[in-house]
Amino acid sequence: MNIALIAIVAAGVLGAVLGIIIGIVAKAFAVEVDERVEGVEERLPGANCGGCGFAGCADFAKAVVEGRAQPGGCPVAAPEAVADIAGYLGIAAEEKEKRVALVRCSGDCANTVRSLYNGVRDCRSAVLVAGGAKGCDYGCLGFGSCADACPFGAIEIRDGLAVVHPELCVGCENCVAACPKNLIIMVPATAEVHVYCNSPEKGAAKRKVCKTACIACRKCVKASGEEDHMLVDGFLVKTNYENPPPPELVEASACPTSALRLASKHVAGGYGGASK
Amino acid sequence: MSNQTRKFKGGVHPNDSKALSKDKPIQDAPLLESYKVIMHQNIGAPPELVVKKGDVVKKGDLLAKAGGFVSVPLHAPTSGTIKMIDKCPGPTGMSVPSIEITADGEDEWGAPFVPMSDWKNTEPKMLKQRVWDAGIVGMGGAGFPAHVKLSPPEGKTIDTLILNGAECEPYLTADHRLMLEQAEDVALGAAIIARILGLETAVIGVENNKPDAIQALEKVAGKYGVTVQGLPVNYPQGAEKQLIYAITGREVPIGKLPMDVHCVVQNVASAVAIADAVVKGRPSIERITTITGKSVVNPGNWRLRLGTPVEKALEFVGGVNEQPAKLLLGGPMMGIAQSSLGVTVMKNTSGILLISRDEVSQYSSDPCIRCGRCVEVCPMSILPATISQAVENKRFDWAEELNVMACIECGSCSYVCPSRRPLNQHFKRAKIEIQAELRKKK
Repeated sequence: MNIALIAIVAAGVLGAVLGIIIGIVAKAFAVEVDERVEGVEERLPGANCGGCGFAGCADFAKAVVEGRAQPGGCPVAAPEAVADIAGYLGIAAEEKEKRVALVRCSGDCANTVRSLYNGVRDCRSAVLVAGGAKGCDYGCLGFGSCADACPFGAIEIRDGLAVVHPELCVGCENCVAACPKNLIIMVPATAEVHVYCNSPEKGAAKRKVCKTACIACRKCVKASGEEDHMLVDGFLVKTNYENPPPPELVEASACPTSALRLASKHVAGGYGGASK
Repeated sequence: MSNQTRKFKGGVHPNDSKALSKDKPIQDAPLLESYKVIMHQNIGAPPELVVKKGDVVKKGDLLAKAGGFVSVPLHAPTSGTIKMIDKCPGPTGMSVPSIEITADGEDEWGAPFVPMSDWKNTEPKMLKQRVWDAGIVGMGGAGFPAHVKLSPPEGKTIDTLILNGAECEPYLTADHRLMLEQAEDVALGAAIIARILGLETAVIGVENNKPDAIQALEKVAGKYGVTVQGLPVNYPQGAEKQLIYAITGREVPIGKLPMDVHCVVQNVASAVAIADAVVKGRPSIERITTITGKSVVNPGNWRLRLGTPVEKALEFVGGVNEQPAKLLLGGPMMGIAQSSLGVTVMKNTSGILLISRDEVSQYSSDPCIRCGRCVEVCPMSILPATISQAVENKRFDWAEELNVMACIECGSCSYVCPSRRPLNQHFKRAKIEIQAELRKKK
């Protein structure tokens, strides 16, 4: 009984003394933190995706408070959140256009000739073995290196093809560097019409390996009339994102290979892999 | 130099299947109607095109000149007209620029180099220039420009020249037949290279499974002051670092080159190409390739011109008995799988191999069971199992710490792995990522 009492008292006294020491040390060596940094961090999404170019949200928050970055530099934060941060810091929020990733390929398993491959299931490794399993040298390999790199689950691998869901994409650009074929570009979220092909080969060569390649027939260029909605680059047509075409252009141009697609229909699987 | 043979650590003994073609004499391939010569056949800078569509060329004329010091020129395999400069399937699976020549059927030599029959009294510098002008690369497989290896930088001394006649890859017999049939040319090439390096002698290393080649070489070796050394049969005996160890007992440190241990290694086929360039004044426009495989009707060794499509090469051997499962350029251990028959013969195409269906199986890889067999067989004494885990977790920094850069991609680890893990592929990936990172830092 006595021993137990001594132990409890001794431990209690020791605890109290150490507590006081810790308290003094904490006061004496306190690190000055701008509480605004914490305030900004609270208002950020906290995904730590690195899309802003800083080492996570805390680092970005610090940069914003120190004026090295704009609140709009966070690609993930919704406009309301950006406005909130700007209001909190008493600075003006910059208007920024939302950009989303686009995989410039429509060659799923039904569309491209595939060779047998049973090596590492990773695009960057697969590309080392005869350039990958897709018939097209420029096509999506479909092993999902981009999907792995996406912290927001915005990329789906569907039938051997990476498809970006624009509503989930926040524009952090992590996927852009992950693709060994450099297929992913950032486009304005408002643009609806895209060319889902990135092969610079001649039309006939592309058609041999892929049913839905852009063969640069220029039907879409003609359909846009005077407007320069579509730009021809060698044997490939590209959407002019400076002057994006209206959704009606897809219908009007009747793309013979269905490489010209509406993003919403492509994501929903509306093209079914078949070309006309 | 002692004649003691050393066995390097590790290695594997795959079924060599050389019996299919080792007794088949080298045959000259008939002239084809057209050749598609791949532009970039060497490690280093691509050569610069000097011809254009419609040009008429003679056999041996320059098609492209060297694009730098680590680069070699390219010559026409026959006389004819340049039909097209376009893309054709390359050995890595990607389409690569190539020059298509329509043969005129004359096969007439253009202005070849002046033969240097008096090479013994020719300046070594002139000989080296000839090796470069003739576009000779390492014909064992890597395609490294030969003249670069013969140019040790200031301060590096070379005391041993080794000719690589190990031919440890299963199935391949091209070097074997070459040493047997052209032993004199091999020895002559060795003597010329020795003169370029300022050496008196050279060693030709041959695996002991080719006793007839050793015998043939020994008959002529004395005349050219070279020696022949039998080597234990062990894959990868023909790898540069393993070969140097077997012959000299020196170990090339990680990240260093053979010249750091005072050695130069050249393939026997490169030596013959060098002898042809110097004594006959001929550029490197053909090579001996083993066309083999269980499903090939009549496997054999053929002297093929650069730009011969694999499709045509297979016609020379009578086609196939059954649908093969896989087409490889090179041997089964290090060869590269092809997806097209349109790929053409290059300076480093040592073999065209068709793997039949009963030799391969479809499998998926299982988790590592930590058995350590890969560690036992690794000739570079690295830890394949651990490195593969680092790569799977995208920890390339960790892989680098574990010396993945020392990997020679011989494939011994993948060969023995009971879980059939794609170890070699992981290491290739890691090496590329690490090099990309290094370039970024620069």
